Amino acid sequence: MPDFRNFGVMLRVLLGVNALALAAALVHSNGIADWVPRYVDMAAWVQPLLLLNLALLALLGKGLRRLPAGLGQIFIIVLAAGSAALLLDFWRFMGFDEGSWQRLLRASLLSGATAATLLLYFSLRAKAFSPALAEARLQALTARIRPHFLFNSLNAVLSLIRSEPRRAETAIEELADLFRALMRDQRDLLPLADEIALCRQYLNLEKLRLGERLNVVWQVSAVPADVKVPPLMLQPLLENAVYYGIEPSSEPGTIRIAFARKGKELHIGLSNPCYGGTNVPGGNHMALANIRERLTLYYDLEARLETKEVALKDGRHEYRVRIVLPCRSEKI
Amino acid sequence: MNTSPALSVMIVDDETPARTRLRDLLADIAGELPNVVVAEASNGVMAIAAIDGLAVDVALVDIRMPEMDGIELARHLAQLEQPPALIFVTAYDSHAVEAFEVNAIDYLVKPVRAQRLVAALRRARQSRPPAPQVLAQLSPGARSHLSCHERGRLLLISLADIVYLRADLKYVTARTAAREYLLDESLTHLEEEFATRFIRLHRSVLVARDAIVGFERSTTDDAEAQWQALLRGIAERLPVSRRQWPLVKSYARQSNV
Repeated sequence: MPDFRNFGVMLRVLLGVNALALAAALVHSNGIADWVPRYVDMAAWVQPLLLLNLALLALLGKGLRRLPAGLGQIFIIVLAAGSAALLLDFWRFMGFDEGSWQRLLRASLLSGATAATLLLYFSLRAKAFSPALAEARLQALTARIRPHFLFNSLNAVLSLIRSEPRRAETAIEELADLFRALMRDQRDLLPLADEIALCRQYLNLEKLRLGERLNVVWQVSAVPADVKVPPLMLQPLLENAVYYGIEPSSEPGTIRIAFARKGKELHIGLSNPCYGGTNVPGGNHMALANIRERLTLYYDLEARLETKEVALKDGRHEYRVRIVLPCRSEKI
Repeated sequence: MNTSPALSVMIVDDETPARTRLRDLLADIAGELPNVVVAEASNGVMAIAAIDGLAVDVALVDIRMPEMDGIELARHLAQLEQPPALIFVTAYDSHAVEAFEVNAIDYLVKPVRAQRLVAALRRARQSRPPAPQVLAQLSPGARSHLSCHERGRLLLISLADIVYLRADLKYVTARTAAREYLLDESLTHLEEEFATRFIRLHRSVLVARDAIVGFERSTTDDAEAQWQALLRGIAERLPVSRRQWPLVKSYARQSNV
């Protein structure tokens, strides 16, 4: 649905309708000399109707955009047809037109058809531009790592340099790999194995800081090696799991990550302990909303992300995230 | 050369490597600024246990920690007769850092650099710990513990253990299943801070919602009968004022007490 308050849209509607009127005048005329007078004749009918409709659409703009796209389009066509009939009837009342139900119907049909043509144009145009838009959105959405993690990790590595220089070296290499992945131009789907390797590196770094408080259990079985997934889909979820599930407790906690293939779908399950009453200021939901939107951009309705909080038998609570993706081994 | 005695320092951070790092740095700067690490703790609760009986000049305190965070720890430490000077250490917390700037509270960012640490420790010798009101503003959430000062010791009372809070004259008494504690707080402030946890039974009593197990009508002959709340863990019953009864009753109905 175009934004009818946008100047560009208004201009396109004005030009589009006049182009159609010009074409109609040419069809109607007896010869090329007759074309311009015909168009001027026609413009006297077309322009007031056009301006009336533009004004109405600009007024209704916000409400229209809230309707489902199909309903909105039908509404606009009906509006155009109805206003044409009303205007013609008003001209008849003023004595400018002889008026008959046949002429009314013809005006409505023409007006409705013009509206439909323009709507088609707008929807085609939106489709032509949307890949670029989607790409820009993907770029913007691709997870950014928490600064909290970066500085804490650097601090942990610094503490290792004197006592365990080799471990410190490994840690810095892992940090470099992680940031290389984060700064890559991320658009294409990547093999699941790469994402898992990245997550392992990330968790190794967290393990460095959190020590025995962080336990991780991986369950990777029967998943084809060449399945592709959106880049950095899991890492932000693990970061959330550590931030909200492990760090708030001094007791050890376990993060579980499971992969399973079910038919043509890849199911990914992630769980971490959760602590009731944590006053989380939206951070968690932002990361989730972000991933959900990226999934939509990559897979449309074929992928889904579900979360729930489960009370375990021993009274503890667990937070679970489940992602279902279509199994794709080729690039999209 | 510095002639004053070595500065006694406490390190509070939940991450072992972070504590190691601060210890290494403090050892590095010992020539320039004599210091000795007298205690280490991995969260606020353990820090308060560790500080008992020690004279600590400066506490280096991480902000984000499990059980009790650095800001709440600072609020409790402020009750000590000779509270240590505080330097907050944080990895990245733009909100807290902004607040520290505004209130001129000393802080360091991780990874901490030796020279910054020296400067902060030098300042800390002169500075006074931040005022409790300022700290209260810094942590918008409710505290996890209340504290009281008893015979020179700082005692922590976990919110989860408190059955009721009662105001008598100057003090507020906190009752747990085990004993009573005298708090230097106002009941009104406690009611605001822990609104979800406690419900007012009458003018001077707040009771933990989850400690109410039922209600009983008192069977005294005089005047009108009064409702009393039965509590989990203690035999004592608390009267419900006539003014509060409708509110308490509607809460009880919602939660099926």
